[in-house]
Amino acid sequence: MHIYANPKRFLSLAQWLTPLLFWSGLVLSLGAIVWGIINVAPDRLMGESVRILFIHVPAAWLGMGGWAGIAISSAVLLIWKHPLASIAARAIALPGMTFTAICLATGSIWGRPTWGTWWVWDGRLTSMLVLLFLYAGYIALAQATAREGGSVKIAAIFGIVGAINIPIINRSVVWWNSLHQPPSITAGGSSIDASYLWPLLAAVIGFSLLFGGIVLMRMRALIAEQQVEARLRRRALDDDAPVAARPMAESA
Amino acid sequence: MKAKHQRLVLVILALVAIVAAGLIATWTLRNQANYFYLPEQMAAEPPAVGQAVRLGGMVQAGSITPQPDGITVKFVVTGNEASTVPVRYSGILPDLFVEGSGVVADGSLDADGVFQATNLLAKHDENYVPRELEGLEAHQPSDYADTTIGID
Repeated sequence: MHIYANPKRFLSLAQWLTPLLFWSGLVLSLGAIVWGIINVAPDRLMGESVRILFIHVPAAWLGMGGWAGIAISSAVLLIWKHPLASIAARAIALPGMTFTAICLATGSIWGRPTWGTWWVWDGRLTSMLVLLFLYAGYIALAQATAREGGSVKIAAIFGIVGAINIPIINRSVVWWNSLHQPPSITAGGSSIDASYLWPLLAAVIGFSLLFGGIVLMRMRALIAEQQVEARLRRRALDDDAPVAARPMAESA
Repeated sequence: MKAKHQRLVLVILALVAIVAAGLIATWTLRNQANYFYLPEQMAAEPPAVGQAVRLGGMVQAGSITPQPDGITVKFVVTGNEASTVPVRYSGILPDLFVEGSGVVADGSLDADGVFQATNLLAKHDENYVPRELEGLEAHQPSDYADTTIGID
């Protein structure tokens, strides 16, 4: 892992990995969603609205997986002070928040015809909304420390503390009576018919690849931003240097 | 002890403390954070007559009886145990409201022990089965996951 403490090594790896993840993820996700819209039979109770499953479930898993990534990066930052860890955590936050928002929006659209309501304050829905707010808080905190200067540790501690919400989201439908159904896919097996399960797994893999591609893209952009800032700072120092130190510039 | 190991221990201790705090908090919320009462919970601690509560459970097979006014239905909600609660509701039924399916009703108990519902929500279970496969050999209801309607 410490090989990639050198940004050059990381960038040369990311350069070919980014388009690979992004395009394979995009093709696989779109393929799975189109398959889910065209080729899958309506559900016995939900009817056509079962098709939203292929966006809702991967988005929910990645929203939660994104925060797990932030928490792991934060721990790596605090313990090993790995230079890429804070960049990785910042890069994950925005796509993670986007997928969480997609999950909430598609769940709401599914809930209207299925449950008869857009929104209820049950355990699962509320804890997922809390995750969205945690992402917003993390992004604000990480941006403030990046812009105003300050320790990256603050955002890292927030990232670790916020991780407590992930097991709560996962267990919310088991611990409490909730309107949201219990998990369909558990360690013991799946109660989703195979004709839904395979496109769902394809969509999950596709969304994950896409997520990885976006994160690498954002990491490269953040590294480039840091390099630009460092260069500008150096130039500003040069400009402030006493005139006598730069006779060549004066005579030219 | 190297500084790196010290930080590792500190982060692990912090994680343990956070997880413990979260577990204690959610454990105390256990009964307050329920979205609805099951029939057996309602039987054990009956809410006051007229108090707004939610009742959740399964619609008992064969219990849906439309009333002569054409808009009111009566049905019985069952839970994980034997106790049942009769429900009366006037209004438009959700599409997924069928016998044997999950339901969550807003409303209150009246003096006769009948739950007067003001709003019905259908609760979907965790089984996803295509319509044309329903009832075929490989898709008998007994193969479905045991529908858990709430905590035991």
